[in-house]
Amino acid sequence: MSVDLATVKRVARLSRIAVTEEEAERMMGELNGILGFVEQLSEVDVSDVEPMTSVTPIRMRERSDAVTDGDKAAAVVANAPATDQNFFLVPKVVE
Amino acid sequence: MTDLTSLTIADARDRLKSRAISAVELTESYLSAIDAANGALNAYVAVTPDTALAMAKASDERLAAGKGGALEGIPLGVKDLFATEGIHTQAASHILDGFKPKYESTVTQNLWNAGAVLLGKLNMDEFAMGSSNESSYYGPVVNPWKAEGSDEKLVPGGSSGGSAAAVAARLCAGATATDTGGSIRQPAAFTATVGIKPTYGRCSRWGIAAFASSLDQAGPIARDVRDAAILLKSMASVDLKDSTSVDLPVPDYEAALGQSLKGMKIGIPKEYRVEGMPEEIEKLWAQGMAWLKDAGAEIVDISLPHTKYALPAYYIVAPAEASSNLARYDGVRYGLRVEGRDIADMYEQTRAAGFGREVKRRIMIGTYVLSAGYYDAYYLKAQKVRTLIKRDFETVFHAGVDAILAPITPSSAFAIGDKELAADPVKMYLQDVFTITVNMAGLPGLSVPAGLDHKGLPLGLQLIGKPFEEETLFKTAHVIEQAAGTFSPKVWW
Repeated sequence: MSVDLATVKRVARLSRIAVTEEEAERMMGELNGILGFVEQLSEVDVSDVEPMTSVTPIRMRERSDAVTDGDKAAAVVANAPATDQNFFLVPKVVE
Repeated sequence: MTDLTSLTIADARDRLKSRAISAVELTESYLSAIDAANGALNAYVAVTPDTALAMAKASDERLAAGKGGALEGIPLGVKDLFATEGIHTQAASHILDGFKPKYESTVTQNLWNAGAVLLGKLNMDEFAMGSSNESSYYGPVVNPWKAEGSDEKLVPGGSSGGSAAAVAARLCAGATATDTGGSIRQPAAFTATVGIKPTYGRCSRWGIAAFASSLDQAGPIARDVRDAAILLKSMASVDLKDSTSVDLPVPDYEAALGQSLKGMKIGIPKEYRVEGMPEEIEKLWAQGMAWLKDAGAEIVDISLPHTKYALPAYYIVAPAEASSNLARYDGVRYGLRVEGRDIADMYEQTRAAGFGREVKRRIMIGTYVLSAGYYDAYYLKAQKVRTLIKRDFETVFHAGVDAILAPITPSSAFAIGDKELAADPVKMYLQDVFTITVNMAGLPGLSVPAGLDHKGLPLGLQLIGKPFEEETLFKTAHVIEQAAGTFSPKVWW
């Protein structure tokens, strides 16, 4: 499978990365190189093989459903580029 | 008086304990070494002299009171991927500009609890994506090693290039690193240092910026096998904050050193004899087998038939997980923000300016293989291939093999700005051809220096073990180290 320029732009949009025409062209070549490389997996017979979900055979730990952390809003927003009264500020999203 | 930076962790530990040297003296020696070298090597992205000296002073007080921990007063460097409270933590990326976390990663907290001293944060490939340390926002790290008679600057490998270079150049006693596809073992091989990627789940991933969560694992880079064993003992732990951390006691790895290899079966995988492999690497591998045989181990030929599919499967699984993990860098919660027309444009402009080329490439690949209509063909298929890769290893271990001996890199260190590698991402990815299977199967892998090539550059050998049998790797690597010796670069910086 290979990607065309329109697909590259669509994927960039899905990835939320702005790309120029020139970058999209370059990425198309690179992505097709990588997709061509992974193509060799089609040689492998995976019928009746389960996909890996966990590399170590461990049972997920459970813990009691209790609050163990929190009450540190100021610390949570401390590194944000824009905040007001411990809220993150973003550009207006509703008209 | 000997240069204190020449002491291994084991030596420094003894002298600190006997009060022959102080932690402050030792830390000061490292700080001046960093001062003198970092301009040339670019191994550190942030040096923290005030923190270091305060920690060293506290260590001296504890040592005086006879209460020192396992790493009391030992100065370490930390890869920029680990969260360190109130200190530069940017994964060597522009997008995390100014990020100073309000929390500490579990691995680094474990080290401070053991008494270690933080010298600063180490350079790396951006978000640990790379094999040459050239994708760092802070510029490439320069390998302290140079080819004989040449002045060409070489890469230290990646992604933990700063960690490996700092250890090799004696700008720290040891360093933390991480390995998603070879990022501890390949730089260790390029710098004649020892690196171990432990079994997945052995070290907590909490507080380490995530790249590919099912593959990422922390481990140490150190000057010799003993130091690596000492560091891993303190780094590893069970952590309730990482649901994949495994509830098994951490053994005393150092105690495994010197144990006999008699009766051990060492597997030699035929699939690692790849086309175009330099003769020197083949010879070194044979030399490694001879050393282990002399030490009483039995060498057996094995087959890991799905080896060649590990790299393509990795370049689906790792980008897929990365595209999801890196979605959090959006200009809202931390780091860089570039304003835009609306919120979507702000996200797109921030991520366009904040991520480097390699990171963008991987996010795009990951987004594509996870997108509607392609999930089964790519991601699901790759996860099935991963099951087969793991099964290959289980089969040979079940047949009685205790550890596997293999090459670690297809060559010695290459030049910074290598045109052929820069022009073709897939060529760079092939750097990890011998290391990636271990991440895909979650196994422990260790890189130990084994010799120098015809250019006088370090080459390493790799040992791969059963899950949670790091001790076997340490004792086997120790035998190789005893036979091969240790190697240090000539100081030119």
